[in-house]
Order: sequence, then C-alpha cells, then structure tokens
Amino acid sequence: MDELLKKQLQITACKVRMGIIEGVYNAKSGHPGGSLSIADTLTYLYFAKMNVYPDNPKLPERDRFVLSKGHTAPALYSVLANRGFFPVEELKTLRHIGARLQGHPDMKHIPGVDMSTGSLGQGISAACGMALSAKLSSYTYKVYAILGDGEIEEGQVWEAAMFAAHNKLDNLVAVVDNNGLQIDGKISDVCSPYPITDKFAAFGWHVITMDAHDFDSIEKAFNEAETVVNQPVVIVQTSTKGKGVSFMENQVSWHGTAPNTEQYEQAMSELKAQLAELEAN
Amino acid sequence: MADLVKKATRESYGEALAELGDKYENLYVLDADLAGATKTGIFKKKFPDRHIDCGIAEANMMGIAAGLSTTGKIPFASSFAMFAAGRAYEIVRNSIGYPHLNVKIGATHAGISVGEDGASHQCNEDIALMRTIPGMTVINPADDVEARAAVEAAILHDGPVYIRFGRLAVPIFHDKDTYKFEIGKGEQLTDGTDVTVIATGLMVYEAIKAAEELKKDGISARVINIHTIKPLDKELVVKAAKETGLIVTAEEHSVIGGLGSAVCDAVCDECPVKVVKIGVNDVFGHSGPAADLLKEFGLCSENIVATVKKALAEK
Repeated sequence: MDELLKKQLQITACKVRMGIIEGVYNAKSGHPGGSLSIADTLTYLYFAKMNVYPDNPKLPERDRFVLSKGHTAPALYSVLANRGFFPVEELKTLRHIGARLQGHPDMKHIPGVDMSTGSLGQGISAACGMALSAKLSSYTYKVYAILGDGEIEEGQVWEAAMFAAHNKLDNLVAVVDNNGLQIDGKISDVCSPYPITDKFAAFGWHVITMDAHDFDSIEKAFNEAETVVNQPVVIVQTSTKGKGVSFMENQVSWHGTAPNTEQYEQAMSELKAQLAELEAN
Repeated sequence: MADLVKKATRESYGEALAELGDKYENLYVLDADLAGATKTGIFKKKFPDRHIDCGIAEANMMGIAAGLSTTGKIPFASSFAMFAAGRAYEIVRNSIGYPHLNVKIGATHAGISVGEDGASHQCNEDIALMRTIPGMTVINPADDVEARAAVEAAILHDGPVYIRFGRLAVPIFHDKDTYKFEIGKGEQLTDGTDVTVIATGLMVYEAIKAAEELKKDGISARVINIHTIKPLDKELVVKAAKETGLIVTAEEHSVIGGLGSAVCDAVCDECPVKVVKIGVNDVFGHSGPAADLLKEFGLCSENIVATVKKALAEK
C-alpha cells in the first residue's frame, strides 16, 4: 500500500476508535470490544474502497455496507461521522433518548446506514438480497458485510451462504471478524464455529484471510476479492477484540461494557498518544 | 343460495401475480421450495427471471426480500403461513418491519383448512403474530375477487404487507366488475339491527349464509367483511357496536390475537358491547378433510347461527 495512504488510514482509524470510546462512554452502555476489532477494516472500506456519497447517502449507484454484527454500531457510526455523513460531535448522543444513533443500526434515521441490523444472522441475508438485486438489474455497485465470528453460529448465516454461492454473487464480499471471543467466552469453548475458512469453502465461497490490523494485508485481501468471478467472497480476518485500548484487548468482559470515567480517560489518553505518534512521524 | 364457483385464494394469488407482472416490472416473487403449492409457479412460468427460489430457508428468504426492497424492487416472499409468519417471525419483525421495508408476504395454506397435513402445518396464529408488528398491514381475503384485488393493493401500498391465502376452494361471492377493494376499509355486506357478525377470510361467506338462516327466524344480522385486520376499520366496527349492541366475530384463526381480539380492542375503547368470538379455541388442529375440520371446529354457518341465537338470548 502507498505509504502516505497507509498513514492517513492509520490516523483515521485511530480517530474512529476515539469516536467509538466517546460514544460508548457517553451512552454508558454498548459494545466497545467488537467495535474496536473492526475499526481498521471499516476505515479502509469507507476511506479507500467503497463508493459512498456523504452528501447524497442514498444515491442508487453507491456501494452498500451491511453491519451484520449490528451490536458494533459504535464503529459504524464513528466511521460514518468521520467520513462526513453526520457530525462527529453527534457520536456523544449514542443510545440517548431522542437521538438518531440507536443502540443498533437504524437505516430509517441514520444517514449512511444501508440496513437495520442487530439481531444476529440477519444482515447477511439482506446483503445477499442487495447483491442479487444488482445481478438481476445489471447494477454495478458492490455489497460489503461484516459478520461476527460468534454470529456465524446462527443457522440463517448458512442459509445465506448457500444462497449466495448458488446465485454466484461475486459482487458480495463478507468479512468474518474472527476476534475469537463472544459474550460467554472463547468461541472455541462456547460452540465452536471453527474451522471457519473450511466451512465457507465447503459452501462454495472464495475464501481469503487477512490481518485485520494491517492495512497492507487489508488492501491485498479486498483487491483479491475484486478479481473473483462467479463466487461470493469471504474474508476471514484475524483480529484483536478491543484493539487499540490496552486494557480492553482480548478481554471478553469488554464485549458489552462501557468504560467508567477513569477507564474512559485512560482509553482516550492511549488513543491520543497513538494519534500523536502517527501524526509526528 | 345459488351455487357459486369455487376457487382457492392461493390460486388467485398465483394468477394475480402472473397477471400483474406485466404491469409492474419491479415485481419479483420469492419462494422457499413451495412454488407449486403457493401457486407462484404460475408467475415463475411467465417470468422465470423474476422468480427466485430460495430453497427450504424461509428465514433467509425474508432477508433476501428485505435486501431486494432496499433497491426499489417489490418482492413477494411466499411460503405457507406456518413458515412465513411462524418460522420467520423474527426476521419479518426485525429485517422488514422495523425498517418498514416495502416487502409483501404472501402466506398460503393458512388456518385449519390445510386439512390432511395436520396441526404442524395448520397455522392459526399468523394474524396474531403479524398484527403485533408496528406498521405491518395484515390482509385476509375472503374469495378470489378480493384476493386478486388485495395483491394489487399491496403492490401499490408503500410498506410491509402480510396477505393470508387458503388452500381450500371457497365460493366466489364478490362481483369482479363492481367490487372495490381498499386497504383498511371493511365491507358491510348486509344491513341488520339485532346483531353484527364480523368475519374474515373464508368465514365471510359462512356469515352471509348464517345471516340468511337467521332472517328466517326473524333475526336481523348485519354482516361485515373485515379483509384488512390491520389497520382495522374501527369506524365501521364501532358503528356496528353502537347500532346493534352485540357482535359475533368469525375467523379461521385462534381466538387469541386475531380478528376477534382486534374487534375487542376497538370496541372496548369507544363502545363496549358484548363480543362473542368464533375461532379455534386455543387448541391444535389435526389431520382430516378440510370441510370436516371446519365443521368440527365450529367454523361454519351453523355454528354462527347457534352462537348468535345463544348470545341474543343472553342479551
């Protein structure tokens, strides 16, 4: 990846992480762990890959994004705000009464949200519907979706997986965020969905793996995805839950807990230090 | 009454889709391996490129329909009521209802008249489930003419619509040339002053027959057809409550949460009168010929007549 672009993306991803912490802290609830693990991927998609139009969010030609793991809405909201769909300041209203930023993505009210999600396993089906629509009408937009690794324990995901392969939806790229943790513990302990790559391959998908916190790896994976024809693509990303905030990393307890004031200040000071270092070099 | 031509509303559904496919180019039909039974196969034959078979996966089918609708297509997701409203309930609620997407759900084989397949397939709960979803329109047509009209009305309506169709052939009593269908507007079929029978689906014709029987005994029964259970024509229902003082509801559905409950909700607000509900009384059905089951479960004109007489005696 171009070094300048990489630096810009790293800086933006850091700001996206700050927005996640800001939102969850002000909401006094929400899901920081899985939001932080997808921050880099979302930043890449919205700042380097997808055709999106913050001034005209519903432009029919736009690429679509579906956050199938809808509980990590703080990450989506933060990336949308940083991309200019709505003010970054609004992130502080997350989950507040009267706010647009609902606990889970709400396409009716939040600019840039392409599908309402939150109930796991459902977003991927809607993403398949969007991709199929493009195939039926020769539209050229692409559809991206992010699923949780715990989420793929839902049976509907595999109904959708079968459907996408059967209909040769090569305009669909699904990312499985393999941070290894779900609410009740390690995914390998709760009800293991492993081997994830083999399962998707068996369902007829083109499988790619990537490091979710390395923009070179991210770019390489999404570029490869574009070359695939007649098959849907899944990118299984190895990620760190809570990435970027030291005390949240790899801690299942940060799946759905908001930081207190002291923790908030520590998290923000860590992220500010990361940002300062990125901007200095 | 003269013998009327009979037709199952599922056939009306399939034929209407095929007919309307020319007029509405953004009409797409989805099925879950039941195109032959839901009669959407008729549409598939004419418009193979606009028919999507999702396989035996109703949950995913509802999500596919949701996704299609976000791009301006009008999808009809079809399956048996049991699976469309039952199995896929939460997907209908969250992926279609919550974002208020323009998805139409064509649910065939509703109610006990499924017959021989038995309780596992006799969905007597779909109206209850669907009417709890905010913004969902719920339609239960009474005959072929009404079913066809409901399909086009659903296409023209912006928002999610659930339409219930039956497997059993039922008499066509509406005149296709003069019948005007409007979502949310009930149809008063006979005038009456002693009692109002409010019916939906295949029970409407039974109510008409019951009113004729009652007339012989000097009982003046008003018959109202409520094809749209949600939004309910509250005005017509409350007017009937005020003018007749007694309501009997009749539906091929559980007495819990269906038409009877919707009518009770409406009248208890503005004009509390006695409402007697005829429906499936919180039990599962079982296998048997549809006509026999309808009689056994009291879903027939004879039971409407008996129920009205008993209620009037207690009035």
